[in-house]
Amino acid sequence: MLKKIIFFNLLFSTFIIQISKSAESGGMPQLNPEFWISQIFWLIISFGILFIVLSKFILPKIRNNIELRKSEILDNIETAEKQKTEAENTLKNYDELIRKSKNESKNYFNDARKKIIEDIEKKKQALDKEINIEIKKAEAEVAELVNKAPEKIQKIAIETSSDLIRQLIGEEVNNSSISAIVDDLYKKNKGKYYGN
Amino acid sequence: MAANPMTQFEVYRIGPEIKINQIDISFTNASLFMIISALSILLIFNLGSSKKNIIPTKIQLLAELSYSFISKMISDTAGNKGKPYFNLIFSLFMFVLFCNMFGMLPYSFTVTSHIIVTFFLAALIFIGVTVIGFIKHGFGYLKLFVPSGVPLVLLPLIVVIEIISYLSRPISLSVRLFANMMAGHTMMKVFGSFVISLGIVGGWLPLSFSVALTGLEILVAFLQAYVFAILTCIYLNDALNLHH
Repeated sequence: MLKKIIFFNLLFSTFIIQISKSAESGGMPQLNPEFWISQIFWLIISFGILFIVLSKFILPKIRNNIELRKSEILDNIETAEKQKTEAENTLKNYDELIRKSKNESKNYFNDARKKIIEDIEKKKQALDKEINIEIKKAEAEVAELVNKAPEKIQKIAIETSSDLIRQLIGEEVNNSSISAIVDDLYKKNKGKYYGN
Repeated sequence: MAANPMTQFEVYRIGPEIKINQIDISFTNASLFMIISALSILLIFNLGSSKKNIIPTKIQLLAELSYSFISKMISDTAGNKGKPYFNLIFSLFMFVLFCNMFGMLPYSFTVTSHIIVTFFLAALIFIGVTVIGFIKHGFGYLKLFVPSGVPLVLLPLIVVIEIISYLSRPISLSVRLFANMMAGHTMMKVFGSFVISLGIVGGWLPLSFSVALTGLEILVAFLQAYVFAILTCIYLNDALNLHH
């Protein structure tokens, strides 16, 4: 601060010396006091007009413009943010919807599959039942046949043996004795022929 | 030498002599350039503030950038309390800037190269700041001259120095602007007359100097307006926030 003061005082004093020197030679028009009052007068007028018009009319307008822009930008940012959240919500909803419909379609698929499997199962069971019945029928038939077979075979055996005997010895043999023998043989060999 | 480099600072009457009570207030070339500066500021800023576009036009951008520039300068140096003086500092800065810049036009007159003009503005600021200081702090404003933390022995000396420094403010403020403008314009004139006297053979060197000086002077014109405004803000800060 001290340096500054000394510097300016020096500057000013040298300046005054210069002024007086140049004033003698008529060098510096700044120091001619002829128009000082006029300059101050016109300075007050021009600067006064400038100050009044600027502060009353122009600067408030500029201030308003700047503030208006600021608030508008803030508003725009706010709306943009709102729209962003809206868009995000919509996207979420969309995702949800997609997920739901995927699940639904899966469910449909599973249902259809279950139904089909059930259907197949049912039909299979029905078929099995039928087949079982058929098998049972067949088995019964077979059993009947099996049951009837020895009698028939016995009959045939008796007939054949009686025929053979007649042919061999030319004599009629009592059928009952033959059948007794066949029965006896049959009983003996039953397990051999019909063992299941 | 072709012309005295100081003739560019001469004030002469334009039109008739106007006298009120023996006081000469005639319209001069200085008055002309003051009026031109003030009117061009008003014109530019009126154009810049009349439209209310969200995306500013070029002239609107210029006005708004200068507004925020000065606004930032005040809040940086004087804080929030400096806001009410925005209009005055804005007008001061623009007036000084435009007077300096109009002075850069050939054959024009530089209003701020006259000590009486700059001294009047500086005195206005000095008186205004002092009045504001006394209104805000009463006689407590005198504490400005008594810095805290100074040994008691040195205090009388420091107080005297502080008072001198305070009183020299208008002088330093006015002489800085006036001397800068005058020195620059004189230099340009001197180099210009060298170009004439050295002719086509040797004139190129002073001409290139003159071109460089023109750039420098435009910088100085802006810088001095800025310094003038920022010093006003600093003085205002002293009056608003008593730091000592």
